[in-house]
Amino acid sequence: MTTPAIEALDVSRTYSLGGVDVHALSGITLRIAPGEYASIVGPSGSGKSTLMHLLGLLDRPSSGAILVGGRDATSLTDSELAALRNRTIGFVFQAFQLLPRTTALENVALPLLYRGVGRGERRRRAADALAAVGLSARLAHKPSELSGGEQQRVAIARALVGEPALLLADEPTGNLDTRTGHEVMETLERLNGERDVAVVIVTHDREIASRAQRQIRIRDGRIESDNPDDAATATA
Amino acid sequence: MRWAEALRVAVDALRANRLRSLLTMLGVIIGVAAVVVLVAIGSGAKQEVESQVEGLGSNIIFVFPGSVEFGAAPSISRLQLDDVEYVGRVIGNPDAVATTVSSGETVTVGSTEVFSTIAGTNENVPNVFDREVARGEYLTETDVDTRRRVAVLGSAVADDLFGDIEPLGRQVTIAGVRFRVLGVFEEVGSAFGVSRDDEVHIPVTTAQQLFGVDRIDALAVKAPTIDDVEPTRKDVLAALRERYPDEEFSGVTQSQILGTLGDILGLLTLVLAAIAAISLLVGGVGVSNIMLVSVRERTREIGLRKALGARRRDITTQFLIEAVLLTTIGGVIGMALGIGAALLANALTPLPALIAWWSPVLAFSVSVGVGVFFGVFPARRAGRLEPVEALRTE
Repeated sequence: MTTPAIEALDVSRTYSLGGVDVHALSGITLRIAPGEYASIVGPSGSGKSTLMHLLGLLDRPSSGAILVGGRDATSLTDSELAALRNRTIGFVFQAFQLLPRTTALENVALPLLYRGVGRGERRRRAADALAAVGLSARLAHKPSELSGGEQQRVAIARALVGEPALLLADEPTGNLDTRTGHEVMETLERLNGERDVAVVIVTHDREIASRAQRQIRIRDGRIESDNPDDAATATA
Repeated sequence: MRWAEALRVAVDALRANRLRSLLTMLGVIIGVAAVVVLVAIGSGAKQEVESQVEGLGSNIIFVFPGSVEFGAAPSISRLQLDDVEYVGRVIGNPDAVATTVSSGETVTVGSTEVFSTIAGTNENVPNVFDREVARGEYLTETDVDTRRRVAVLGSAVADDLFGDIEPLGRQVTIAGVRFRVLGVFEEVGSAFGVSRDDEVHIPVTTAQQLFGVDRIDALAVKAPTIDDVEPTRKDVLAALRERYPDEEFSGVTQSQILGTLGDILGLLTLVLAAIAAISLLVGGVGVSNIMLVSVRERTREIGLRKALGARRRDITTQFLIEAVLLTTIGGVIGMALGIGAALLANALTPLPALIAWWSPVLAFSVSVGVGVFFGVFPARRAGRLEPVEALRTE
């Protein structure tokens, strides 16, 4: 049994809203294998965004543990968490989240900046990542000069430039028309096949979710169903 | 993240909001410029006054009765004319002692009259004070001994009374008594706003008769070298106390005057700088304010950077550099404006302005310091933002 790329062990997340505890997630256990293609699907308010934040090390669970490459992230400091996030996780957001007034190349190179990679090396690797999403001709363009689909492909290049173990995509097609959305999904799927990166799509769109080999349905902070096609990643 | 990268990010951020950056800097620019200009004017005034005091002649000790304390009542002088000779004997150089008894009197030639300081002195004045007669002669020992009615005019008095006519050998009337003009001083300018070209020197003996007094106001003793000033001062005071056991005498040297004036004017400069520094402080508050707005506006950017692996320290550094860059650029511009304004004031107004080497250095360092001080709070706030919260904001 291979070490999962990322693992959630009995994870709960509780928010305190105006003195009332809101249980966003209760007792989730989930393993994502290296190179797996999975989707997390559920209606809004189901807790899927919270789960994505936890899996992405953007937030800490109230109880339970997140393991990255078999390593427990619970006891890490904020700085260590940032470094681990930088090395192991790539994000694609619904709203692209590219820095305005900054070229595609520099946007893609950003994660490498926080890893201490030198400028020349950063630019080379960012150019390679942009080539991998078919944007070699757009290196010097700023986000405002790119179409929505191109912007999301820049974001995908940025997520992959650091060669993470896991790519988390939060409603990656939410701001795109159907055709462009399909192109973006195809790009993600192609890179998932070409590279050793697990891809997890978080969406409320069942059609998008159904493209994945494995669909994890979330409702009311719990896993409603999980159809892994690989026994090694079965939920406990 | 490397410093060079952080600097580049900060420059980009400032350039993205050019007008706002400039307006934010304005407070610092004005503050630094004000510090530089006011310190320059203070230093200039100090230098001007000091050069005037130095113009009185170095190595000179002024001896007068009573103690020099501010607010002390002026005492009646017990110094007599024969004290001049006595002090001359004590220091072993009778030519090095000048004396004065002075009074304000009206000087007239025909229908022209001026009010002037009449100083009764002896023949040693040119030697003691390094004061040159431009035309004619100074008073001689015989003039003093025989109580002659002769006068040496300051250049301004000569101009006022005689205009283009050569005054030498002509008559002037001082307090109703006629005097013959022996000489005219070279122009020396003013000290402490009092023109020394307005003086008229007459023999001290004649002056005592004219004023109806038998005292002298003060002695001026010239020491051979600067190192002899202090010993000479002590000798003279000791000799005078011996002669007048119940009297107090004071000896003031040029370095003491310079020291006292220097202290006063240095303090004045400091006060001016402190007042200007308040505007620098206000400028710093402005920087803090704008940085807080900037942090709020760029919350999503901060969240994104954190999601991509930026640590708290990376974000704090980025915003701190931005704040310091703002105030530093403002400081440089303010320094240039301040120096420019000081030079302009020097050229176009009677205000002397002297740019001390330390004032731009200080203003620059303070503006960098203001950036750090007022940037830390917004920068730390930016660094502490939670990525999830930050990404969620619209």
